[in-house]
Parts: sequence; structure tokens; C-alpha cells
Amino acid sequence: MTLHETLPQKSADPRLSGIIKLAVLAVGGQGGGVLTGWIEDMARANGYAAQSTSVAGVAQRTGATVYYLEMAPMAGGVPVFSLMPAAGDVDIMIAAEMMEAGRSIIRGFVTPDRTTLIASTHRALAVSEKMAPGDGIASSAEVMAAADIAARRFIAADFDALAIRNGSVISASLFGALAGSGALPFPREAFEAAIRAGGKGVEGSLRAFGAAYDAAQAPVVATAPVKAAPAAPAVKGPARLTAVWAALEARVMALPAPVADMALAGLRKVVEFQDLAYGAEYLDRLDIVLARDSAAQGHVLTREAAKYIANAMAYDDVIRVADLKTRAPRLARIQSEMRVKDGNLMQLTEYLHPRAEEIAGLMPARMGARVQASPVWMARLDRWFNKGRRMRSDSLRAFLALYLLGGLKGWRRRTLRHAEERAHLQDWLDRALGYLPRYDLAVEVIRCRRLVKGYSDTHARGLSKFDRVLEGIALVAGREDGADWARRLREAALQDEEGKALDGAIATIRSFA
Amino acid sequence: MAERSFKAEVEHLRKGAGDTFTGEGILAITKALLENGVGYVGGYQGAPISHLMDVLADAQDLLGELGVRFEANANEAAAAAMLAASVHYPIRGAVTFKGSVGVNVASDALANLASSGVTGGALIIVGEDYGEGSSIMQERSHAFAMKSQFWLLDPRPNLPSITKAVSDGFELSEVSNTPVMLMVRIRSCHVSGSFQTRDNQRPKLSVKEALSNPRSDFARVVLPPMSYAHEQDKIKNRWPAAEKFIRDRGLNERFGPAVAPVGIVLQGGMYNGVIRALQRLGLADIHGHSEVPLYVLNVTYPLVCDEFLAFCEGKDQVLVIEEGQPEFIEQQLTTYLYRAGSAVKLRGKDIFPMAGEYTGQVMLDSIGDFLKQAAPALLAAVHRAPNEDRPQIPDLTKTVPIRPPGFCTGCPERPIFAAMKLVQKETGKLQITADIGCHLFAALPPFEIGGATMGYGLGPAANAAFDGGGERRPVSVIGDGGFWHNGLSSSFGNMAFNKSDSVAVIVDNYYSAATGGQDVMSSRADNATKATKNPISKALKGIGINWVREVNRTYDVGHMRDVLREALTTKTPGPKVIVASSECMLNKQRREKPLAAQAIKEGRRVETPRFGVDEAICTGDHACIRLSGCPSLSLKKLDDPLRDDPVASIDQSCVGCGNCGEVADAAILCPSFYEARVVHNPTKWEVRLAAFRTRIIGWLQARRSARRLSFEV
Repeated sequence: MTLHETLPQKSADPRLSGIIKLAVLAVGGQGGGVLTGWIEDMARANGYAAQSTSVAGVAQRTGATVYYLEMAPMAGGVPVFSLMPAAGDVDIMIAAEMMEAGRSIIRGFVTPDRTTLIASTHRALAVSEKMAPGDGIASSAEVMAAADIAARRFIAADFDALAIRNGSVISASLFGALAGSGALPFPREAFEAAIRAGGKGVEGSLRAFGAAYDAAQAPVVATAPVKAAPAAPAVKGPARLTAVWAALEARVMALPAPVADMALAGLRKVVEFQDLAYGAEYLDRLDIVLARDSAAQGHVLTREAAKYIANAMAYDDVIRVADLKTRAPRLARIQSEMRVKDGNLMQLTEYLHPRAEEIAGLMPARMGARVQASPVWMARLDRWFNKGRRMRSDSLRAFLALYLLGGLKGWRRRTLRHAEERAHLQDWLDRALGYLPRYDLAVEVIRCRRLVKGYSDTHARGLSKFDRVLEGIALVAGREDGADWARRLREAALQDEEGKALDGAIATIRSFA
Repeated sequence: MAERSFKAEVEHLRKGAGDTFTGEGILAITKALLENGVGYVGGYQGAPISHLMDVLADAQDLLGELGVRFEANANEAAAAAMLAASVHYPIRGAVTFKGSVGVNVASDALANLASSGVTGGALIIVGEDYGEGSSIMQERSHAFAMKSQFWLLDPRPNLPSITKAVSDGFELSEVSNTPVMLMVRIRSCHVSGSFQTRDNQRPKLSVKEALSNPRSDFARVVLPPMSYAHEQDKIKNRWPAAEKFIRDRGLNERFGPAVAPVGIVLQGGMYNGVIRALQRLGLADIHGHSEVPLYVLNVTYPLVCDEFLAFCEGKDQVLVIEEGQPEFIEQQLTTYLYRAGSAVKLRGKDIFPMAGEYTGQVMLDSIGDFLKQAAPALLAAVHRAPNEDRPQIPDLTKTVPIRPPGFCTGCPERPIFAAMKLVQKETGKLQITADIGCHLFAALPPFEIGGATMGYGLGPAANAAFDGGGERRPVSVIGDGGFWHNGLSSSFGNMAFNKSDSVAVIVDNYYSAATGGQDVMSSRADNATKATKNPISKALKGIGINWVREVNRTYDVGHMRDVLREALTTKTPGPKVIVASSECMLNKQRREKPLAAQAIKEGRRVETPRFGVDEAICTGDHACIRLSGCPSLSLKKLDDPLRDDPVASIDQSCVGCGNCGEVADAAILCPSFYEARVVHNPTKWEVRLAAFRTRIIGWLQARRSARRLSFEV
């Protein structure tokens, strides 16, 4: 046995406070290792002893991963450093994503007495957030609020966007934020020297570093920036149409204030979908709802109806899809998103898969209904049309096909699909208004239209969920808390694909209703 | 080609006397092997020791110069069996794999090796995959040392200590004729630091030279009656020799004052964590000088009884800090104290938690509790009665989503499982088992495919009970890594021999991908020292499996689904095997991205594909995500009051693999997806054609927009 004897000490070693403890929480693939390497090299180059560790393994495949680093001035031998961060004992916490910042707080690595928290506010959504049929995105605001309390200093910005803007990756911008925070006892030049010594993508890294350095020194804006009201889009088009539009717009402006905003967006949507006459129809429907609404309730019913009637009227049919895919602004948007530079070309392939239902839906209502009722005909249509089509919409043939389809607006009102959508819409509105004067319940039924979305199977599943929720609502309509239940049913329907949560909620209702 | 190139690290391996090595722990071990005259090295890759294998694979030149043989073994059993060279020959050998799973696989060979005993130093370097970051069941490799009677080193986690353990390990092995296991934890493998290097040593006897003078001795063969003699030899000779060496060479260390009322006994690997807790309690300084006596077990098996009893002398209570369960060390030390009739009170798992990693908080709390009870005078007032007044931090546990590992962007395995999910929509839920490797991520959302994994190469074997078939066939999944590890014999041999009526899907991504992209038998790459390009289908044919379907582009979800359907419904008897091949995207990108960038720079024509979603067409149902989980396919909240749900959105990281478009087509989801292929340096003819098309398309678009209202901002 080797003996290392020392004299006992009386109080905590004051040099211990010289150890700087820094943790990086990242998503696998974000370059946490590169960042850690820079920090470590810089510390060593500046006369510090440093030690880093990581837990790599499978977490590097898109999982949450942690890097840990300790450093202290090199004096009187190598200090004994810990290999992992401890709760309540971290000086600098770098979170490379917003929820990872939240995770660092949960794990106790961010404490008000000591921790400088540097967090990128961007989101890399977890699978559980993305797969919900509704909105499953976790609340960044909650994490921001907690970070304000938990951290001694909190530096937050979208360091990911900042890095991309500067042609680099987030490790460089976080390194810049660390430099800008002043939490490490090294000058800016020492940081930049570490990047240069790394030797890879130096120019981009330095640009991102500099931008983040400045961002970290700007005061943190605690509250989310107030969104400027979106400028009303200018209407362009032939004069005879803009005149009619102006009249419709005037009708919208005459609506109660809480309704007008939504109704204008709705009007725009249905006019884009079809034409101005359709827009007038939309406003007529809204008037019917408004007539049964009351100012005392803040016109919530009409406001919600303005939203969902527009969505219901602008259903997703083949004509709409083809129209949207052939517009000029779309092409421009894709070109900018794909960073098509001068001298480059762009080939565009659309992934389409029409079924017999879509073809039947395009037929005149009565004929379409007959075809749809005939298994023989549907099988035939499937044989002819039902297959995946990759259409090169930058080629003339495919573009023309889509362009012609997109131009079938004049035909649309005669189609089977239109008739079906109209009937469904009318039925839903009637049912909602039928619940009046139970105002809250009527509002909830209006909101249930949110469940109808998607195409083909997804659309069918949405419709079935919609039907089941409405059935469930009928069961609780007589109850005091009926509106509450209606809301719960709708939220349950949005939780999972198969509707397991919804089945559970309906079972609960049946147990007492 | 491994995931990373280690050319730079290989240069570190050439350092000599007077130089300083700075880098991570596992590379320091690699260097120490060469300094200690190792004659042959082998192993099987896996976190956290993959880098050792990868560096040596890239260091063939250096190894050739030194006369060292390097083997990338087929599996851990093969690696451990290789140590047989040290049974009769005085050659130092080292193998490495991960613990405890690799040790499980190796245990047959290890037990035989330990029984035979060794002449040359035999070192088994185990990366103990335990605690945070681990990807396996939480067990200890410690038990293997106990049952087979080989020695276990657990050095303090710093580079000088770890590299010293390599040298001590070889010597200990030689003086006690026993293999030695050197255990390093995940963080020790990846810890950075420095140590003074020495010159590399050629082995005293190389494996080539040994072949010229073959030796054998039936006394070393594990057969009766020699096997009985081996057991007696272990206890009567090898163990005492080991104890003596450990004691004489001071392999275990004592820190702190000689006299104190309490002491701490700890595994070497726990040292830094213990010191940090003592530092926070005001009982150790920055350099680790402790006020509490420490007995650091750099050798955790065997334990040296008299050394331990000497440490306990004069103390009231001694705390044992031993991570993992059960508490083998604590039990052994308790026996020592009891047999010695000692009054010293032994504490350990009564204060520390029995299970789980000993994190900073666990260390601080448990050591604090021990000292509060056993020696309160040592603690400053603040620690005796902590009066914490911390602000309440909001609870985020309900807000922050978990983030388990998943398939990378563009992973060729994603479409296989998307297809499987689609098939299950037709057939109903299937009985599915999985193997070890990236494909196991399919067990997690959004796919949730596969209910069990029994180990590497055992996916199809784990379905053996269902081999007789039934209303729907059972399905198993295995990777190419698992196939060559031992799947060919244990899983497919089993299927073929038993005329299994089941379906097996072999995910062939050209590499042992999960462990860092090492080559396997069926890899497509040229490899100067390894035999690659051996098709899996040929191996299957060789063992009599004839229903084999090869899918050479897994991204074709529709085709993949059709093949799966066929395998599930065909009338052909016997095993149905699908070999689904596409290259690991991580490796493909690493190889092709620089080439593409170079080609663009040089003015050659390059197409770069990426996918996109038309946000006006997407309805925000996220069905596509439930069939993908791709990191680049995410969500975006629209600035539109009419829309409730975020829409799908594809970010810059998309590599254009096509899965989302294929899925949208195969599952008939929606028409939102498009592929945009940017053509760099197009040909003149292309440019002319595009200009012509653009003119006509532009005219048509202008014509339509002139006849209606538009609201584009």
C-alpha cells in the first residue's frame, strides 16, 4: 500500500473557490465535444490545469448528452477535479437548446448563488413533442421564467440561428457567448486563438463567435418581444375585383372588433380558395352566427366561427393543392429556402398520391356519388389513378397538368367533394347553434372543427374523431360542466393518433352520463 | 472506415521518453500498452472503449514496426480466446471490450483462461458501461473476477494512474499466472489529462517468433484431473502471489492522516468523486489532501486482508464506498473484520444507496451523513446543521420532454421501420424481437417496434419459442454488426436447423454503426487488412436458408413494405430472411460531403437534394412524423390566426434521403412534400432548357395572377 500522509487542515481550502466548473448540455450531434475541446485548450494555453469528461455512447445519436469541464490555475501541482457535475456546484452552465436548459435546471446544475446560465433559445423538438396530432410543443416561456429565478446570470439568445446566419455551427456561437459573458478569466483573444488553433472552418467560426460575443453582452430581454401586428397584406388584382373586395372588407370592418381581425383573415382565405362570391357566402354564414351571439360574451362564438368556418370552407381538395403548387411566390420561396444561387438550377419533384376518392370527388356531385357507391367503379378508378406520382413540377408537362387542375375553380362548386363539405359544414354549424343558449357549449362545438384535417386516411380518422367527440358532447350537453367536458374530449382527441385518450374520455363520460 | 479518423492520435502513440501525452483516457491506455511491450492486441468495439480499437486500426504501420499483432475480433469471446497465446508463451497480450455485456460474451473463454493460468501477462481492458450515458443493463463486471478468480484493477481516474495500472496489471498477471482485468468507467475513458510517456517497447517474444517454437503442456488444458489442480493452484499459489505483489508494490494507496476516528475505503474509480465531496465538506484541499484517512483500492479483487485490517486499526467506523450492486467488496471486508474479531463498525450501503451511480450529490449527502454520525467534530458547523434558504425554483419536470437517442437524419433504418409500421397497420400488431445496435432505437416512439432484446446477435434467437409459427409469423430484427458478431450461428443457424417459420430482417448499413462505424465482414469498403465485401445473403445460403430477399435501397418504403408483406404471407416453409441494405448516412455524409464540396468548387456538376413541406398544404396532423422521427423533420408555428396546430417543416440539416416523401406516398398521407434538387454547375443544355421552361411557366403564372386577387405580402 502506498502512503500519502498530510497534516490535517482546519478549514476549507480557499483555493477551492479557484476551480471553475463548467457543464455543457447538448443534443447529440450539436458539436458539444468541439466546444469543450476549445475551452479546454484555451484554459491550458493560459496556464490553467483543465480536465474534461463526456458520456458519449448512443446518446450521441440525437439524445441529450452532457460534457463537463473543470479548470483551476496551475499552482503547486495538479488539482483533483471531479469527473461529473454535481447539483448546486456548477459555475457555468451552457445549454445548447432551450429544453436542455430546462433539463440543466431540473438536474440542479443551475443555482442562484453561482451559476451563469448561457442558453440558446432555439428548439430542437423532441419526438414526443412532434408526434402529437395537435400542438405538443413544450413551453419555452416556462423554462425562461424558471431560468430567471434559478440562474445567477442568465444569457439567452438564439445562438443556433446566429451561427447559421454566419455560416457556422452552434458550438462557435456558444463559445462566443461564453467569451461575451465574461465568466471565464480569459480575454477575447484567447478564445479566438483557440478557434484558430482548431484549424477547421475558422472564418465562419470566428464570425459566429463575434456575433454571439456581442449578443451575450447586450442586456437580456426577459419578456418575449411584442409582436408587431402583421401588416394587412396589400390586395393586388384587376380593378373590378378589388372593388368587390373593398365592399366585402367594409362588411368585415363593420363586424364587432373582436371578430373583425379573424374574419378578415378568414375572408382572405376563402377568397383565395375560390372567389369573391364565395367570400360573400362566408360573411353571410358569419352574420347568421353573429345574429345569435351577444356582446356580453365578447362575441367569442362569432370569432371562433370566423376561424373555423373559413377553415371548413377552404377544404383541402385536389384543385387547391394543384393551385398552391403552381404559384410564382411558392417557387421563389423554395428557391430562397434551398439557397439556390446564381448559376444553379433547381429541380422540383412533387410527391403526390391520388386515390379513387379524389377522382370521384372531382366529378359532378350526383355522378360522383354514384361512382363512390359502386365498388366496381372505385376499384377501376384505383387501378387507373391510385399510385404514387412523382411530378417534376419544373418540367412543362407536370407543371401544365397541375396548372390545369389548379384552374378548375369554376368547376369546383359542382363537384361531389364540394357538396360533401357543404353538407358537413352546415350540419356542424346547425348542431353548434342548436346548443344555444348554452353559449360555452356552442363555442366548444365550433372549436371541434379543429379535429378535421389532413388528407386521405388522416382525414377520415379526423372525421371519425370529430363525430365521436360530437356524440360524446351530446351525452354531457345537459350537464352544468358540459362545456368543460366538451373541451376535454377535444383535447383528448388531439393527444394521440389512434384516439386512445379519446376512447378513455368517452368511457368516463358513459360511466356517469 | 471508422466514424472518425485517428491519424492525429496515432502520432501521439509514437511519443517517447521525456514527452508528455495529453488526451483522453482510453488513448492513454493504448499508448501504455505499447510502452509495456505488448505482443498482441484484440477486442471488440463498443462504448466507451471503441477509440482504443479505432486508433489501433489506424496505427497498423506503427504496430508493424513494433512487431505487434492487432486483431479486430469477431466478438468478445473471440477476443478473450485470443489471450490463449499468453498461456504457454511469455507474451504480453491485451484485449478490450465493454462491460458487463462484452464480459458476458467473453466469459466462456475467460473462465478457461483463468483456469489454465497464464505465463505472459494477459490484460483484459473493460470499459464499464454503467451510470449516466450507459446503453446497457446496469450490472457489474466485478462478479466475473470473483467467480473465475482473476484480478480486477479499478485505478484512480487520472491518466498517470490509469497508465500505471496497465504496467502494474501486466506484472501482476505474470507474477501470479493469472489474467488481470483493468476496469475503466465511461468518464475515465473520456477523461482528459496528461502523463509522461516512455519509449515503446518491442515485445520480448513476438507472436511470429512464438510460432517458430510451438509449445504445449497438457497440465494447462482444462480437463480432469488438471482442472482440479487448477482450482487448487488458484487458491494456494496464484492468489497469495497476487496478494504479495499488491502489498509489496503498494498498488492500493492510503491518503490522509495516519490516526483518525474514521476512515473511508473506496474503489479507485470513486476517488475523484470522494475527494470532491470532502472538498465541499471542508475536509480536503484542492490537491486532494484529505483530513479523513482514505484507503483507495486500485485493486478491487482480490482484497488484501491484512492491509485492510491495518487501515481499520484505531478507528471507530470505516465507510466503504462501492458503486453498483450487490456490494461484493463490503461483504468481503465485513467477513475480514468479523473473523478478526474487530470492533470496528463497517458502514457502506446502509448509508449509500444500494443501486445507481454515485453522483456528486449522492457522494456529498452520503459522506456527509456518515461523518455527521461517526465523527461530527470533523465537520464545520455549517455542514453539521445546514440551514439552507434557497429560492424555490419552478418544477420543470412536467415541461421538459425526455430526449432518448434516435435515428440520425437520413438514417437508412428509418424507412425499414416506417414500412414495418405500415405493414402492422394491415396485419395488426406482430410479435417482434430486436437485437443490439442502432435499429434498437425503433423500440422507442414514434415506431415502438420490438418488445425485447436478449443480446448481441440474438434477435432472431429471441423469437425461437415462436419458430413453429401461428396465425401471423413472428418477426425479428438484427443488424449487420449483430449478424457477424454471433448472429450467423446463434440466430440464423438456430432458425435454419429448427426449420423456423419466422421472418428475420437484417439491417445492413455497411458498418458496425452504433459502435462508431467500424468495418464488418459485409462492409462495402476496401480495407487493406480486413476481408470485407462478403455478402450476408451468401452466408445465409451457405447455412441452407433459401428464402432470402435483398432490398438494396431501404428508402423505397413501398418496396420495403411489399417485401415484408411477402415474407409474412408466402407459403414457402422455413426461415424467411430480408437483407435490407443502405449505407449508414452518418458515414456516407462524412465521406461524400467533402467530395461534393470539392467537386462544386472545381466546377463539376453536382446535385444536392433536400426535402421541403408546403406549409399551406400541410394541415398539422403530424402523421408523417409518426412514421419518421427524423431530426430534420420538425414543426413550425405559423403566424396565421386561422391555424391552431404547428405544421411540419424540414430544416437545413436534411440530407435528402427521401424517407418523408416515400412515406407520404406509401402511407398516402398528404401532398405537402417536395424534393428540391439544387444543380450546381449545370450543363449548358440544362441551362437553356431551364430558361425556356421558366419563361413559359412564368408567363402562365403571370396570366393567372392577373385575373384574380392576390394577397401575398
